[in-house]
Amino acid sequence: MLPLTELPTGRRARLSLLAGERSFRRRLMELGLLPGTELCLVRRADLGGVLEVEVRRSRVTLRAAEAGALMVSPV
Amino acid sequence: MSADPTTKLVALAGNPNTGKTTLFNQLTGSRAKVGNYPGVTVERREAALVLEPHGIVTLVDVPGTYSLCARAREEQVAIRAVAGWKPDPAPDCVVVVVDATQLSRNLYLTVQLIELDVPVVVALNMVDMLAETGERIEIAALERGLGVPVVGISALRGEGLAELRAAIARVLADPASARPGFRWRVPEGPLERDIAAVADAIPEEWTRPAQDGPPSERRRTALGLWALLSIDEHDELEDVPAALRARTLERLRGAQTSGRNLEEEVIGGRYAWIEALVARARVPATSSAASRTDRIDHVLLHPVAGFALFLLAMVFVFQSLFAGADPAVSWIESAQAWLQDQTRALLPAGLLSDLLADGVIGGVGSVIVFLPQILLLFFFIGLMEDSGYMARVAYLMDRLMSMIGLHGRAFVPMLSGFACAVPAILAVRTMERQRDRLLTMMVVPLMTCSARLPVYGLLIAALAPIDGASWWQQGGLMVAMYLFSTLIALVAAAVLGRTVLRGPKVPLILEMPPYRMPHWKSLLRSLLERARVFLSEAGTKILVCSLLMWALLYFPRPAPTQEFPDAGAPAAEQIANSYGGRLGRAIEPAIEPLGFDWRTGIGLIGAFAAREVFVSTMGVVYGIEGEADETSEPLRDRLRSERRADGTRLFTPLSCLSLMVFFAIACQCMSTLAVVRRESNSWRWPAFLFGYTLALAWLCSFAVYQGGKLLGFA
Repeated sequence: MLPLTELPTGRRARLSLLAGERSFRRRLMELGLLPGTELCLVRRADLGGVLEVEVRRSRVTLRAAEAGALMVSPV
Repeated sequence: MSADPTTKLVALAGNPNTGKTTLFNQLTGSRAKVGNYPGVTVERREAALVLEPHGIVTLVDVPGTYSLCARAREEQVAIRAVAGWKPDPAPDCVVVVVDATQLSRNLYLTVQLIELDVPVVVALNMVDMLAETGERIEIAALERGLGVPVVGISALRGEGLAELRAAIARVLADPASARPGFRWRVPEGPLERDIAAVADAIPEEWTRPAQDGPPSERRRTALGLWALLSIDEHDELEDVPAALRARTLERLRGAQTSGRNLEEEVIGGRYAWIEALVARARVPATSSAASRTDRIDHVLLHPVAGFALFLLAMVFVFQSLFAGADPAVSWIESAQAWLQDQTRALLPAGLLSDLLADGVIGGVGSVIVFLPQILLLFFFIGLMEDSGYMARVAYLMDRLMSMIGLHGRAFVPMLSGFACAVPAILAVRTMERQRDRLLTMMVVPLMTCSARLPVYGLLIAALAPIDGASWWQQGGLMVAMYLFSTLIALVAAAVLGRTVLRGPKVPLILEMPPYRMPHWKSLLRSLLERARVFLSEAGTKILVCSLLMWALLYFPRPAPTQEFPDAGAPAAEQIANSYGGRLGRAIEPAIEPLGFDWRTGIGLIGAFAAREVFVSTMGVVYGIEGEADETSEPLRDRLRSERRADGTRLFTPLSCLSLMVFFAIACQCMSTLAVVRRESNSWRWPAFLFGYTLALAWLCSFAVYQGGKLLGFA
C-alpha cells in the first residue's frame, strides 16, 4: 500500500483507503473513486502540482498535496 | 418561475460537460429568459418548448452537477431546482442528460433523481461517439433497469430529438410511468434506521413532488439520505430547519462512534447497483481506443510545450481583446459622433439638443462600446469551455493561482482585465464558488485596462516633451505602470483572500472532460444571450450613471450675459461652476496632499464616467479648443506650463506620478461598478470595491507625493 502520489505514472492500482475531510471524500466517491475501485495514474504535472487519475472511464484531477490522503495498492 | 401556473415545467439536469446546454438550445427555438436562481448568482435559463399535446411547456436549465448532495449554497441550487423547494417551482418532469461514454458516473446523478420520486426521462447523449470503438448500449436493458424512459440522442447532430420530445410528452401525460421509486436496496440495519430517523425530521412541504400534491414517502426517504450526506458541522447550506440539522448530526455522531462510514455505505451502495446494471446494458468495446483526448493532452498538458502553448493562446486572446476589438469600437464611436452631429444640426442649440446628443446618445454609446470586447472574450471562453480546454487551464494554473488564494480559473478574467474590467468581471461566472468569484471581481479592476492608457499617455507626455532622449524613459514608465498594477492586484488578492473574503481552502477535484467539437450554433446563441443580458441589465445602469454624470457637469446653466448671449459663459467657466465642478472644488482639501488641485479634482470626477474621459474633461477645464485627446499638444503644453498661485508648476513629474498611481488603483469606473453589482447581486460589493480602492489609491498617492517631496524630488 502506498500513497497515490508515489504511484508511478501509467500504473494501475486499487484504491484501498480514502482519508481527508468529509466533503473531499464524498466528492471523490461521487465521482466513482470508492475504496476497492481500480484506477490508473495517467499523468502528473510537477510544475502545476496536480495529478490526473482515470477511474470508471472518466478523468479526475487532484492536487498532489491533497492526493496524499488516497492510499492505493498496485495491481 | 413560469408566468402561468398551468404551464408544465420540465427541468434539464445532468453532469457538467454532457452537452446539456447544446440540448437545451436544440430543443428550444425561442430565446431564453436569463436570470438568476433565487438568492444566488447562478444563472437560470428558461425557454419555451412546444410539446404536443401539452402546448407550450417551460424548459429550465439546471446547473451541471455530479450529485444532488451539497455542502454550500451554490451546490444547493440543483437539489432546490429539481425538488422544487420554495421559491423554486416544482418541475413536472426532469430530463437528465447522460453521457453515454461515461455511463456509470452519469447514472449516479440519475439514480438520485429517480430516488426523489420526480418523473425522470433519460436523454442518453453522444451515443454516436460509442460507434468509434464498437461499444454499444442496450437501451432497452437500461430502460428496464432504471424503470424510466431512455432515449438515445446526439445533441451535437440534433439526432433523436423528436423521440426525446415524444418521451417527455408521454411522461407529462402519465407521470406515474416514470416514477419507479428506489433503485438500490438500502441494506436492513443501522443505515436503514439512520435514514428513517432523519427522514422523520424532513419538513412536510419538502415531500410533495407536485405543487399541492400529496406527500411522497419515497421522497421523504430520499431527502433523509440527502440530509445524512449533506449536513454536517462544516456545511454552508441554507434553509435547513434546526430540528433536521440536530437529528442528522446526532445520527452522524452515532455512526462515527460505531466506526461506520456512512458515505461509503450510501455512495458505494448506489455504485454497486449501477455497475451491475451497466454490466447488463453495455456491450463492451471491440477495439481499445488510444483515445484522441490522450494524444491531444500529451501535447497540451506537457510540462513545457503545454505551458508554452497555453501562454501563446492567452497572448492571442489578450491581443484580440486589446487590439482586435478596435475596428468595431471606432465604428461605434464614429456612428455615435455622426448621430450627435445630426442631432445638433436638427435641433436648435439648447438644453434639449445637449441632452439628446451628449447625455442620451453619448450614454448609449458608452454602453454599446463594451460589446465588441464582451463578445470576443465570451467567444474565446465558450470555445475553451465547450472544447474541454477550460478544465486544462485550471490544471496548468492551479499552483500559481492558489499561491495568492485565487482559483485556477481566475487566470482568464485577470488577464482580460488588462483589456477592460467589464468583460473580465462578466467572465468570473466560470467559477463555481461565490467566494472565488467575489475575490476575482475585487482585484480584476486593479489591472491596467486600456482606458487608463490615454490618461497615462497624457501625463507621461506632460512630464516632458517627447524627444529622442527620453522616449525610452516614457516607455519604461508605461511598463512600470503595468508591473505596478499587477503587483498591487496580486497583493490585494492575497490580503483580501485572507481577510474579508476568507473562506475554507477547498480541495481541487476537477473532471478532465474529453476534447469535443463545440456546437457553433449553440455558441453563437450564448453570445447573443450574453450581449442581451449585458445591455438590459448592466447596460441600463451604466446609461443612468452616464446621464447623471452628464447632468452633474452640465448644470447649473449660467445665465446668459451681455458677453455670451447664447451659450452663457465659455465652457471652462461653465464646467467650473457646474455641480461637478463645485464637487471638484469641495474635494480639493482631500486631494491637495496628493499634489492635485481642484481642476484635477474635476477631471477625477469626470473620469468616473470612464477613465479616458479625464483627458477630454481636462481639455474643457483648461479651455482647449475642440475635443482634446492625449496627443493634443495644446493640452500637453498647458499642463506643463500650468502654475499654482505661488508660481510653482502644478504638474511636476512628482504630481503626475502621484496622479498615475491614483488612476492605477482607484476603481473610479461606473461601468465596472455596475457589472460588479449585477454579478454579485448586491450593492455591498461594488461599494466595498469603490471604497477600498479609493482608500488604497489615496494612501499610495500620498506616499508617492509626500515621500517624493521629502526625498527632495519636485
